[in-house]
Amino acid sequence: MPGLLARVYVTPKRGILDPQGKAVEHSLHALGFREVQEVKVGKYVEVRLREAAREVAGPRVREMCERLLANGVIEDFRVELEEERG
Amino acid sequence: MRWGVVVFPGSLDDRDAQRVARVLGDEAVALWHKDRDLGGVDCVILPGGFSYGDYLRCGAIAKFSPIVAAVARHAAEGGLVLGICNGFQILCEAGLLPGALVRNRSLSYVCDTVTVRVETTDTPFTGSCREGELLALPIKHGEGCWVADPDTVSTLERERRIIFRYVDASGQAAPEANPNGSLGNVAGVCSADRNVVGLMPHPEHAIERMMGGEDGLKLFRSARAWLARGASAAPAVSSSG
Repeated sequence: MPGLLARVYVTPKRGILDPQGKAVEHSLHALGFREVQEVKVGKYVEVRLREAAREVAGPRVREMCERLLANGVIEDFRVELEEERG
Repeated sequence: MRWGVVVFPGSLDDRDAQRVARVLGDEAVALWHKDRDLGGVDCVILPGGFSYGDYLRCGAIAKFSPIVAAVARHAAEGGLVLGICNGFQILCEAGLLPGALVRNRSLSYVCDTVTVRVETTDTPFTGSCREGELLALPIKHGEGCWVADPDTVSTLERERRIIFRYVDASGQAAPEANPNGSLGNVAGVCSADRNVVGLMPHPEHAIERMMGGEDGLKLFRSARAWLARGASAAPAVSSSG
């Protein structure tokens, strides 16, 4: 069974102050990118799994997010699974 | 009285917290992050610093250390727990205190002396203060902006669990007095059972005149008095059995 790559995207929850996103947004406006409506700065985490079936890996990675990778008080997360071929 | 001070890899203020005990004439016990029990201390302090390098999020790695499991058991039994700065962040991450601490609104690290107002004396760490009393305490943090969802905030307001707010010299929680953007100028909160308290300011850096102030001592003296009252209120130990 091939390994899996879990791509985990962690972003600030809506309504939670994101001063980094605001600062980047202002900076993009200053550079003339007037079309920028909102910027949020989050985290991207790659987790490589060995010999994992998707049905097993999905819930496991979500548990990793809930317990450690994201803080549910302030962050949302999204997981993408991708097969890796040696 | 025995004060336990947890030392994580990256803790900075553990020695200062131990010094509090010595200034009070008490015993300080250093607790290592890999310890599985608290060695019978009366109150445990999670000090400031950068536990585990603040990797991922402040306190996110520390919350899984064996000592934090012991702290959680101590808290569940009604034991006293004080989290200062990084200690506050760890207690929030561990779910022992509500909310979370995120990057300062200014995106700048702040190092200053602030005024905080004691919102309630109904905690072991503010019992010897006056309600509305103003304390001058140092702060030094980059991630001290306390946030929580509106339901949590209203619960905390109703249960009087917001125990310190940043205020100006006249005691008003004005926006200008807020050093980090915390919701409602919140500087410290307590648990539902009130025995776990966390705050961003550093009371342990304000315990002697040479530090520029002694207001921080009031928190530690409160805890001492609270424990002494508990001890005197407890039934006498029976000699039979």
